[in-house]
Amino acid sequence: MKKIFVTYNNIVSSLGFDTVSNIENISREVSGIKRIDNEKLLREPFYSSLLDTEKLDVAFQKNGVSSEYTRLEKMMILSLQDVIKQSNIPLDAKTGFIISTTKGNVDVLDEDSKFSKERAYLSELGKQIQQFLGLQNEAVIISNACVSGIMAVSVAKRMIESKLYNHVLIVSGDVVSEFILSGFQSFQAISDAPCKPFSKNRTGINIGEAAASVLVTSNSDYLSNDAVQILGDASCNDANHISGPSRTGEGLYRSMESAFEEANIETDQVDYVSLHGTATNYNDEMEAIALNRMHLENVPVNSLKGYYGHTLGASGLLETIVGMQSLYNNILYASYGFDELGVSQSINIIKKTESKELTVFLKTASGFGGCNTAVLFKKIKNK
Amino acid sequence: MNTQYYIKNYCKIKEARVTLNDNLVFEDDTNELKSFFKNVYKHLELKYAKFFKMDNLSKLSFLAAEYILQNVENSTDRNIAIVLSNRASSLDTDRKHQNSIQDKENYYPSPAIFVYTLPNIAIGEISIKHQLKSENAFFVFDTFNAEFLCNYARVLLDKNKAESVLCGWVDVDNDNYEGFMYLVSRKGELKHTIKELTNIYQN
Repeated sequence: MKKIFVTYNNIVSSLGFDTVSNIENISREVSGIKRIDNEKLLREPFYSSLLDTEKLDVAFQKNGVSSEYTRLEKMMILSLQDVIKQSNIPLDAKTGFIISTTKGNVDVLDEDSKFSKERAYLSELGKQIQQFLGLQNEAVIISNACVSGIMAVSVAKRMIESKLYNHVLIVSGDVVSEFILSGFQSFQAISDAPCKPFSKNRTGINIGEAAASVLVTSNSDYLSNDAVQILGDASCNDANHISGPSRTGEGLYRSMESAFEEANIETDQVDYVSLHGTATNYNDEMEAIALNRMHLENVPVNSLKGYYGHTLGASGLLETIVGMQSLYNNILYASYGFDELGVSQSINIIKKTESKELTVFLKTASGFGGCNTAVLFKKIKNK
Repeated sequence: MNTQYYIKNYCKIKEARVTLNDNLVFEDDTNELKSFFKNVYKHLELKYAKFFKMDNLSKLSFLAAEYILQNVENSTDRNIAIVLSNRASSLDTDRKHQNSIQDKENYYPSPAIFVYTLPNIAIGEISIKHQLKSENAFFVFDTFNAEFLCNYARVLLDKNKAESVLCGWVDVDNDNYEGFMYLVSRKGELKHTIKELTNIYQN
């Protein structure tokens, strides 16, 4: 089986418009989460990491485009444009295109939106981005709740394995909208303070927004310095509850088991795990249980939600990109917001940013609908 | 060398009719979604109270999966992957959630509705009913994408990620609905090819 890699990448978020600036902020333990008072988004103040609208528009205007694009389309276009430019990948029929998003342009359903309600169809979002960037293939859109971003990496790999494409460009993203905030609020899942994944005093989720992009390829001519090989991947369902994780972490456990089997490596070869860590009671507890079942309780782990909040369809890909930088820089980044362990089983949370020789990392995510994804990555080049 | 896989059973739910392998199994005189889905549920002789809490996309997906999986021996807790797709994602329920927050004087977002604003919840419902703790993914396309689904199911089987794959197109958009589901298996007669899939989808 041929090797498949995740290579050139970009993050557009409150912490910067490229991967380098995002990592600079994370390495200085700067969080993008702030208190927001905006009644158009939520009736009470909330905590979120939002992009600066003016900065986004200034960056986007460099494209010299007069026609109108939604906030999400601008973020996605800027992000994917950077990856296309860096990689110089041919935009031909053998380059596939994946979008991962949970809600796309759902904010256009609001009566106050100036955009047509047709724009809420995800295939419309796909067409806007495809046409703007001149991609040949229709977007394969993954809308699989909170695992969408990392699942996209697995799907890209499988599309290349099936010989459908030689390369796949992925862009992932979601924006913070009243639609999403009101829904999570109705679940009483939203924290009234900056989120504290895995902490004893955690009080729930912060929703954030971001776009993240990567190139996935089997062609070693397109390897960036921070490129990683995808060793194994799986997405298994809990078959337990549609809005809460399995108490035994069954789906996540099975996903990890299947990814390890494919990678043909042992759990003691993993140097770092990038967890989902939304800071809700049930999610964090479930992850600690699944990690222990996999005997990964001593491996350094973090959640990046303290820096970005939960960026929904972007989160899994964004966190994979940060994981790639961890490997390349040989640095474990602190799990921001963590104080005292607040899950019933022991796990090894990274409390402060530190240097360590790293080769293999595991990325996991879980979401509504009982979905889970686990993907193993290995560093290719040394700095 | 590509292994040949097979389309074991296929079910269509549209225009107030249910067909299994192109044979009519149920026909209703109402095309109103809620009543029609309820009548199909009755026809299946199911006792599953959760059904009535589902949104229309989940109901459609759940019912189509029942017709396929009731023909699979010991289908519970088997390694059957689920790969579904559609055009409207969860927009049908998204509109309901948006209505509940549009009017600030009459603001009533509900978790029971919000949870269905994700299309993969339909996969979750099928997984729970049949205890399928297997590979699953939900995709959105402009139209039924036989090429993608065929390739994706093949990779899952080639790599032993699943022993069979429940695939489908399940779309609900206001009053319109269309369900097409099929099982890709290692044994059978009807070849699992893009051409065959396109044929049975269009017939």
